[in-house]
Amino acid sequence: MNGGFHIVVCGSIVPDPLQTLAPVDGPTGPALKNEMMLPSVLDPWAGHSLYEAANLAKNIPGSKVWLVSLGPKAKLQQLMMSIAQKVTFELVVLDGPAGGFTDSFEVAAALAGAIDKIPGLDRSRLLLFGGCASASRDAGVTMQMVGEQLGITEQFLGVDELKVQDNGSFRILERIEGGQYQVSECSGAPAVLGWATGNLPEPPNNPQIGMMNMRTVMPALQKAVPAPVGVGGVSYLGVELPSQRRETRIVKDMSADDIAAEIVAWIKG
Amino acid sequence: METASSENKSVEFMKTLPGDDVRQIMWRYSDRYDLQMVVQSARSVARGVVARLVADGARNTHDWTDSKSKLLDGFDQVGLTQLFMDPEDGGFIAGPKNLALALVAFELSWVDGGAATCSLASNLALSPIHEKGTPEQRHTYMSRCVPPLPGEERTIWRGAFALTEPLPYVGVDTGILSGKMRVVEWEEGKEPILHVEKRGRFITNMGFADFVTAAVDSDDDRIKGSAMVILEKDDPGTFDRGATTLKLVHQLSSTSDPILSLRVPASRIIGGYTVKDGVIIPNFSHGDVIESVFRRTRVPVAIMTSAKLMSAIEPVIRYQRTRFRGGSASTPGTPRYEQGLQQKDDAVQRLVDIWATAEAGTSFGFAAVRLLDEFDPVEREKDRILAERGISGGRAQMKLFKELEKGALEYLSLQQLPEGERDAARFQELAGDTLVQFLITDSLANIYCPATKLWNTGYGATMMREAVSLMGGYGITEDCPGFLCQKWSDAQLEATYEGPEAVQRRQISITMTNELFLAQFRIWITELRQLAAQRAGTGATILANAMELWLWTLGYLQKSRDADGKALYHPQRHGAVFPFVDSLCWLLASREQILDLLELAAKGPDNPVVAEGLEGFTNFFSDLCHLQAARAAGEVVRICSELVYGYQFVMESSDEETFRSLRNRVESSFAGSRLAKDRAAMAVSKVMIPEALDYP
Repeated sequence: MNGGFHIVVCGSIVPDPLQTLAPVDGPTGPALKNEMMLPSVLDPWAGHSLYEAANLAKNIPGSKVWLVSLGPKAKLQQLMMSIAQKVTFELVVLDGPAGGFTDSFEVAAALAGAIDKIPGLDRSRLLLFGGCASASRDAGVTMQMVGEQLGITEQFLGVDELKVQDNGSFRILERIEGGQYQVSECSGAPAVLGWATGNLPEPPNNPQIGMMNMRTVMPALQKAVPAPVGVGGVSYLGVELPSQRRETRIVKDMSADDIAAEIVAWIKG
Repeated sequence: METASSENKSVEFMKTLPGDDVRQIMWRYSDRYDLQMVVQSARSVARGVVARLVADGARNTHDWTDSKSKLLDGFDQVGLTQLFMDPEDGGFIAGPKNLALALVAFELSWVDGGAATCSLASNLALSPIHEKGTPEQRHTYMSRCVPPLPGEERTIWRGAFALTEPLPYVGVDTGILSGKMRVVEWEEGKEPILHVEKRGRFITNMGFADFVTAAVDSDDDRIKGSAMVILEKDDPGTFDRGATTLKLVHQLSSTSDPILSLRVPASRIIGGYTVKDGVIIPNFSHGDVIESVFRRTRVPVAIMTSAKLMSAIEPVIRYQRTRFRGGSASTPGTPRYEQGLQQKDDAVQRLVDIWATAEAGTSFGFAAVRLLDEFDPVEREKDRILAERGISGGRAQMKLFKELEKGALEYLSLQQLPEGERDAARFQELAGDTLVQFLITDSLANIYCPATKLWNTGYGATMMREAVSLMGGYGITEDCPGFLCQKWSDAQLEATYEGPEAVQRRQISITMTNELFLAQFRIWITELRQLAAQRAGTGATILANAMELWLWTLGYLQKSRDADGKALYHPQRHGAVFPFVDSLCWLLASREQILDLLELAAKGPDNPVVAEGLEGFTNFFSDLCHLQAARAAGEVVRICSELVYGYQFVMESSDEETFRSLRNRVESSFAGSRLAKDRAAMAVSKVMIPEALDYP
């Protein structure tokens, strides 16, 4: 690959899944109880895509990674104290809500607009990465719409592996039903890849990387552009937590084989 | 007198547990991104590798095992190992690092104190070299202890600090050493070769150390005094790591009793040496070295115990709330199901006491490390100035400092005057005088460092027992969420190592009568009264009154004799002096807690994340300050009363009248403090907590 890739990762924060997440009525629609005060984490699928992007950039000389994040900038700043230590990237910040009560189209438009304005971004070398869905909403449509708005029609979702082949083409594994992979070939950039988990572990924190990233992260946070998503245009008929289902059957004196057989039968449906 | 409302209805309660944004403001690192990153790194190791080790039972053996050594890899990977180093030696933070190291200790001990000790011990080994080593020594050992960069073929070095010896010496009296050094070879014009004999006891990191910084005394007329010497594992002779210490606590740190008998060049004497009349004179005695080392390293230990108390809050709340869930006696929606044990006043009131202690301890400890961060450059500049003026030796320094004390007192007095009323030129002159500023900061550091170590670990251990008790029988099990029982037993070691409680009390009993410290103490009383007038409900009045009582009692003890005619205030009269030291620690911790509250109230509105729940946080922390001030004042009243009345059969009436008046003033200012506790307990019963603990 001549000159490497320009990899733009769309990824933001979601409330820490360990927290108690209760929907409440806010002034502009539904919100999460105490959302601003709850600790946040990097959206898990977006996180995998960021680590895959950094790994790809490391292996293809001349590549560069941008992380485009739409979220409350004060909370993004807190998150950066950890994420910025893991991999090298340049941050682009859109200051707006990230709680999940936003319309995917609005979010996609804001992200596409921000990506369009990245100075020096070579669209012919662009790989647009992100999570195949978000832990805050799980609509699973945002990346496709960002791609569409940027005119990128090669799109892959639920990606677990991207191999750049000797001729510069890609071999991509996408998750499909039944635990199977769909194998695709793509001639090259530009392309959209909505990642599932990928194959890489979360990189450990490295303060040297963090100190280096901070030189651009803090200015990026300071010049964050407001992104007024989720303030109108969509009305919610209802918001509720999924109900917990617990079916307990007490059976005594059942053999381990019988228990195993019953579990297997249940899995097979 | 402060007023406190008994109306709970209009009070804004804390919504969530305080997060990083709140703590960054309170502990003054909201503008330090480097430190915020260090916190995240330490947390990732603590709640990852460390928590997994504890959950898997790695603490159940005294030996240093392969699984325990994953700790070191974890520290290396996320940058904790090189945190101690300066950038030129491979580190990534320039300048003083006391706050940084304390934050790491806080995060690691949140999960396991032994892991924190393991991390700190490597720094402790390097500290003598860092503080007093020659430039060559500093560069050599610091750069060896930095993890290798990618592609670099090098094994990282790790160190151990060997001061404590088998009984009857060090640990009881650090001035006497049985470890010895003598000259075995000294060819004309060449480096002398020394033979060093050192037997250590309870030496941390010894299971894997590549070098040891050991305190030894001269056993040879050709060496003067004592020194600290660097010993390497491949030096000729015996480098026996010794028997593993069978300790029941801090099992994630490696501890053993080494036997070291090695030949080393004299250039390994830390700080170097000079030769005069055929005698090697170390530039620094072992006492000089450990004084500057321990002053710094004791404080993170204090913070460790407070971190553990703080870490107990969430598991206890969760345990209390879920106590009756799953049984047939409670159904969702009922108070019994939703609130569990928190329906009962006792459960939340006792938890509030633990929380208040944790807040006071962390505030105190972090104030001490911030003070040290200020102090480090001033101390180095002081050393440079004294060297330039040719002033060496304790006596010459003491003489100079005595002369400068007047200027330091004048500076403090000018500082209290409004700008328009003070002699600006004189004030500027004194503000710019490094030696004057050194004396002022030194007088505080000499109190804060031992006091926070003493109070946080000693009283913290007692309160850790409370936390265990709040978990019922679960508390003393190995799988208690938050590892509370392990944290309780670990706290006992924290109260002991790096100088047991008696050592701290002894030091404070001497330094707390320093007029410079007392002058600042008087200023604090005035400031607290001003604060109380501006902001009710913090306990500032209680504290100011208790500080006045303490100050009066000090004067009384200093001038008085007991019924048998023996002086009451004498360094060797521990029965009188040591409890009085304890009472001072209560006051200082409480004051720092209030100062952190003020910082949050002042800076919180600027942070959008904090601003949203700020009122709830400041209300809660204010109530904690209030009840803790009352608790501290209660201790002061008790101790002062025992000391003032306890050594007499009949007391002089004018003294008694004054004492009673001051004591009454303290006690009557308790008004509302129990209402504050009620409110705090109510807040604890309402606060939102995560669904599960974020470590095994």
